[in-house]
Amino acid sequence: MAEQSIFGEDFIQPEERQYNTLNLGPTHPATHGVFQNILQMDGEIIMQAEPTIGYIHRAFEKLAERRPFYQVTPITDRLNYCSAPINNMGWHMTMEKLLKVETPKKVDYMRIIVMELARIADHLVCNSVLGVDAGALTGFTYIFQERERIYDMYEEIAGARLTTNIGRVGGFERDFTPGFHAKLKDFLATFPKRFEEFDRLITRNRIFMDRVINVGPISAEDAISYSFAGPNLRAAGVDYDVRVMNPYCSYQDFDFIIPVGTSGDTYDRFMVRQNEIRESLKIINQAYNNMPEGSHHADCPEFYLPPKHDVYNSMEALIWHFKIVMGEVDLPAGELYHAVEGANGELGYYLISDGGRTPYRLHFRRPCFIYYQAYPEMIKGQMLSDAVLTMSSMNVIAGELDA
Amino acid sequence: MVEAPDGLHGEGFFATSLSKVIGLARANSMWPLPFATSCCGIEFMATMGSNYDLARFGSERMSFSPRQADLLMVMGTIAKKMGPILRQVYEQMAEPRWVISVGACASSGGIFDTYSVLQGIDRIIPVDVYVPGCPPRPEQIIDGVMRIQDLVKNESLRRRNTPEYKQLLASYGIE
Amino acid sequence: MALNNETVLSRLKEHFGDAVLDSYENFDYLNIEIDASRNAEILRFLKIDTQMNFIYLTDLCAVHMPDQTGKELGVVYHLHNLEENYRLRIKAWLNINNPEIASATSIWKGANWMERETYDFFGVVFTGHPNLRRILNVDHMEVFPLRKEFPLEDSTREDKDDRFFGR
Repeated sequence: MAEQSIFGEDFIQPEERQYNTLNLGPTHPATHGVFQNILQMDGEIIMQAEPTIGYIHRAFEKLAERRPFYQVTPITDRLNYCSAPINNMGWHMTMEKLLKVETPKKVDYMRIIVMELARIADHLVCNSVLGVDAGALTGFTYIFQERERIYDMYEEIAGARLTTNIGRVGGFERDFTPGFHAKLKDFLATFPKRFEEFDRLITRNRIFMDRVINVGPISAEDAISYSFAGPNLRAAGVDYDVRVMNPYCSYQDFDFIIPVGTSGDTYDRFMVRQNEIRESLKIINQAYNNMPEGSHHADCPEFYLPPKHDVYNSMEALIWHFKIVMGEVDLPAGELYHAVEGANGELGYYLISDGGRTPYRLHFRRPCFIYYQAYPEMIKGQMLSDAVLTMSSMNVIAGELDA
Repeated sequence: MVEAPDGLHGEGFFATSLSKVIGLARANSMWPLPFATSCCGIEFMATMGSNYDLARFGSERMSFSPRQADLLMVMGTIAKKMGPILRQVYEQMAEPRWVISVGACASSGGIFDTYSVLQGIDRIIPVDVYVPGCPPRPEQIIDGVMRIQDLVKNESLRRRNTPEYKQLLASYGIE
Repeated sequence: MALNNETVLSRLKEHFGDAVLDSYENFDYLNIEIDASRNAEILRFLKIDTQMNFIYLTDLCAVHMPDQTGKELGVVYHLHNLEENYRLRIKAWLNINNPEIASATSIWKGANWMERETYDFFGVVFTGHPNLRRILNVDHMEVFPLRKEFPLEDSTREDKDDRFFGR
């Protein structure tokens, strides 16, 4: 062989390359969830990857066929559990579309505040865990303190921290409490500064930049062909955001930009998420300052639990309460698809109802499941440590992957 | 700071029984293996964070290798596809080992009474403490860890060699 | 050409004539039922034709309607034209005894796992798929769980009494 071997002249170069097989997962340290990749490696370079998923398949779609529509909300929580309110609101909006219920503007603005808080929470997890995978643990500990404050706000509304089951068809159970207003004002005043502190730790950090720039790239054509959505697609250069393209819940009243990257690599995904947090803060500020007056729920007594005072004093309210809680209210027949912009992209609900008390078929269009199939192509030719960072930056949540 | 066990004090010596000292040492330096699969895993990350801080209880180092872990914390739904892997991880752990099942899904299948979810990990491995909740609050997870600490402190040194324990493992098919 | 329900339907009809079996609208969405044996050419036309330009496959799933004999399994494609912001739903019904349909993987790469999931849940065989095997369920499962005849609960469990669970 004409090549100069670094091992000296006696070293015999093997004629053909032999590949190692390395099993990455399903239990691996970065607590991303359970999915397995079997990698064929040529030394440190990855030649091929074979992903296996389904280690947390909980049969949501089959389960939804058994449950009346309010009982489907806790299932939607567990799809992308880092931003559970967005899933809940998406389901409630799908129901409202089917039932042809118009929500008042105030409900829309309240929903937007909750959804944008959820989006901030999810992006905070993704970015801080990306830092942890690259070795920067400090950002993680700072950021989780901020997530605790978002959890406090969810608790004011729904009573739960993570899997919130927030809201109802037509609105919310009650108006925002004074405690929530105080916490939100405090959050809006102090979070930006702490977020910039986290930003200064990582974004222009030389080591971090060397580790994530040009790692795991994907081109815009490939991203569209793979049906990418959300920050991963926007990092590749396509400005597709369901909030702008098919506005729902009064998003058209708000003024925000869509951050878009250029090369679709890990650094672009990180930066798109950082900027989306800033845009979400802008939206929350606008919603909070311009909150209209009105009722906190729509007028649809067949689907919205009546207030407790009426339940205890009036016969019809008691009957409606009973019927709704026991799931004896029939849905109108219909077929629709409704999409919301989840933290990972277009989260779609394809609902076919045959007029019974439970959905006939409910299919979740899960963005994580769809874009994860591009992962083997994104890591081909990269090194093992890059593969870990690429997976981490794609924000793969196992609940949404497997459903 | 943990309290010293009962014993005899003197000038330059402290006498107590070996099992108490070993129980004290083990209980306050449990190295957990976070086997986080789903939503409970995120609550575990919050417990590990600075607000609830599991490191106060001696769990400073999260071991991700079963060979070096004492406590297997199973957090999240275990599907039937995942069952053999959980079993393999449990078998790789060295004695003495404890298992805490965090969340409703790990304890009993939770809200997922479906064909693909294992209805509780105690069908495949022996469990010491169950923490209910969906997901349990970090305070509950810490309570579960404290119960494990009580178990560890009071465990007899010979327990892992007793016929009852061997019979327990045999009932699961673990050698 | 501006895309709306009439123009899309008429253009499809003029190119494919009798392969377009039925069309109806619900919630402002145009639904088109096509002949399952010609789905590959219709979908390719919808993507490549410069006036249609449905470059984004939003979703691919299936429905099982056991009452429609001869057309029990339906494969549903949701397409999206990103530039004109127009969405479309295409359905192709298959007989449950022979549920074969051409794969869309060569048209949109994202159809790969969506078709595997549909195969896993319903047993729809996508001819021409590079790697059609189960994706979410265990590999040795023999039945297709989302069909209506398959029960939700694990049939081997012994500790839950159906009398108390309202089944």
